[in-house]
Amino acid sequence: MWDYTDKVMTLFHEPHNMGAIAPEDCTDGEAIAVGEVGSIACGDALRLHLRIQKANDLILDARFQTFGCASAIASSSALTDLVKGKTLDEALRIDNRAIADFLGGLPQEKMHCSVMGQEALEAAIANYHGVAIAVEDDDDESPLICQCFGVTETRIKRVIRDNHLTSAEEVTNYIKAGGGCGSCLAELDDLVAEVYETPTATTESGTPTASRPAQPVEEEEPVSLPIVNLTNLQKIALIQSVLNQEIRPVLLEDGGDVDLYDVDGNLVYVSLQGACGQCASSRLTLKGFIERTLRDRVAPDLVLETLDV
Amino acid sequence: MSVIYLDNNATTCVAPEVYRAMSPYFTQFYGNPSSMHRFGGQVARGLRESREAVAALIHAEANEIIFTSCGTEGDNAAIRAAVDSQPDKRHIITTAVEHPAILKPLQRLEKQGYAVTYLGVDSKGQLKLEELRRAIRDDTALISVMAANNETGTIFPIERIGHLAKECGVLFHVDAVQAAGKIPLDVSSGLIDFLVLSGHKFHGPKGIGVLYVRRGVRFRPLLAGGHQERGRRGGTENVPGIIGLGTAAELTLKTFDEDHTRMSQLRDRLEQGILSTISDTQRNGHPGLRLPNTANIGFKYVEGEAILLSLDREGICASSGSACTSGSLQPSHVLRAMGLPYTLLHGSIRFSLSRYTTGAEIEQVLGVISPMIGRLRDLSPFSRDNEATHPWLQEQTQRVGIA
Repeated sequence: MWDYTDKVMTLFHEPHNMGAIAPEDCTDGEAIAVGEVGSIACGDALRLHLRIQKANDLILDARFQTFGCASAIASSSALTDLVKGKTLDEALRIDNRAIADFLGGLPQEKMHCSVMGQEALEAAIANYHGVAIAVEDDDDESPLICQCFGVTETRIKRVIRDNHLTSAEEVTNYIKAGGGCGSCLAELDDLVAEVYETPTATTESGTPTASRPAQPVEEEEPVSLPIVNLTNLQKIALIQSVLNQEIRPVLLEDGGDVDLYDVDGNLVYVSLQGACGQCASSRLTLKGFIERTLRDRVAPDLVLETLDV
Repeated sequence: MSVIYLDNNATTCVAPEVYRAMSPYFTQFYGNPSSMHRFGGQVARGLRESREAVAALIHAEANEIIFTSCGTEGDNAAIRAAVDSQPDKRHIITTAVEHPAILKPLQRLEKQGYAVTYLGVDSKGQLKLEELRRAIRDDTALISVMAANNETGTIFPIERIGHLAKECGVLFHVDAVQAAGKIPLDVSSGLIDFLVLSGHKFHGPKGIGVLYVRRGVRFRPLLAGGHQERGRRGGTENVPGIIGLGTAAELTLKTFDEDHTRMSQLRDRLEQGILSTISDTQRNGHPGLRLPNTANIGFKYVEGEAILLSLDREGICASSGSACTSGSLQPSHVLRAMGLPYTLLHGSIRFSLSRYTTGAEIEQVLGVISPMIGRLRDLSPFSRDNEATHPWLQEQTQRVGIA
């Protein structure tokens, strides 16, 4: 039997906010956003409904329908509790770790339930912004690594990076990839290695010992690790470096770009250029990709805003 | 809260008679049966009587019985003996629905260059004998087939397979771990070369099993060591376990007809009670050719772990072939081999009864299970209404990323 926390069991047996939100539940000025992830074939699926006040992007209500195990149902309930009363931008900061933390933790093998919650939230917000098709098209271009569960390279790399995963086994726990026939496990190991370099420390006896990967190596010259108590100058330099090395190349591939405009404390002002500046999903790009990456790489309290220049 | 234990295919309670018989062998008769003194000799007598009781259960001779540590050891030993004694034969036939105690050692043999044919099953979990006939080759060393499936209870036609094996000169191994105590087992026809039992599946203790090896079959021990078990399995005997196993075998023979009737009636009451009151459910496995104690029921649109934990809250113990309960991410290989649709695959529950299951317990389960499934279905995004149209039910997966 899984070692579930009391919170997981409580929310499994008595979940909050179950069900759907119907159009008749909304008044003028409100909209419903729906996010669906998973499938019955995979063994878990979540449909998330958000009732949104359009004027200020405020989530007035959140409800869920989940096919899955106790941790999937509890994660869904936790997600709805977490997002209610937040703006969409605030909600986008809720990641799978926040869901797992809310539950007092999940068994490692069940972390994919929290990832499903995060993805359903992102899907709902993407749908609300009308960019769901673009999201899937992007993903479809990425090679399919896990045939059993239909997981792409892009998605695997993202989960590795977001959760600092270090092995194929962890990837399976978080996103199910590799949990079927297992024939892609070697590829998962390669992707982990690709995302991170594995620094080795040398013991006194001279035996190399592997330590936890900590540093992305997507560029030839990896960005320095975030350091504690950055000076303003260090912070700005690091932000600029991450933008140049990790973020801009991705945006440039899609005909977009980003420029750093200013840094004021934890507020980072950027200007989205090209396709990104005109894209309906620019807010998602800003918060879901650029802000998240900068938070991971520079400081967790950074808030990104665009500036019309 | 009282416990309603309906997971007897996982393990059974030790019968009170078995426990009483074992007890003195921990404290009073603790001698080594191999010792040349009277203190050990009285233990050896107990062992002999147990061997005879186990032999009687399957209509074997006492010297065809090897005591092992568990069913897995017996299965591994049989497979190993079959290939070691026929080094020129490099092919084995089994089924896709065997227990891991068979599948894992066979996968290991595949890595060593052996060819293994995994026979499929139909939607009721039954073998197609013609496929088996076609699979037999000149270099087939062994046919390994379970007597009854642990998940669905489906019974395989062991006698007919045995005839086929004998006609072709192939050794035949039967994993009867789940069948013992539930259906008659008879090796006296000589069609079966190896047969495996496990004590804890029929109210004996855990940690003791049996490997029957037909007289005349070449055997190489898996555990090479002392002269115990006539040199066929080294290691000092688990005496209390063997005494318990022998008592369990005696008890099984004594109460067999009564147990069979009682369990099958209660099983049918449970099954019919569920199928007739809860919509979108189905029996998994063969309707007739199956163990009297096993009901495997698929509940559409809900996931197995959620059902199990809801049952557990009511003190009801059952089992699921769902991925989430197994630690694996794939649902039961048995149900998959039967071609169950995904709408059922993840929500199938096994209820397995024993001679101690009561009618009141079955009624208690029936009293709570319908609202339980209803609650989980209320939570589910899947339903009969959207089964035909919902893309989630058609596609393997839905991928969502971020722009």
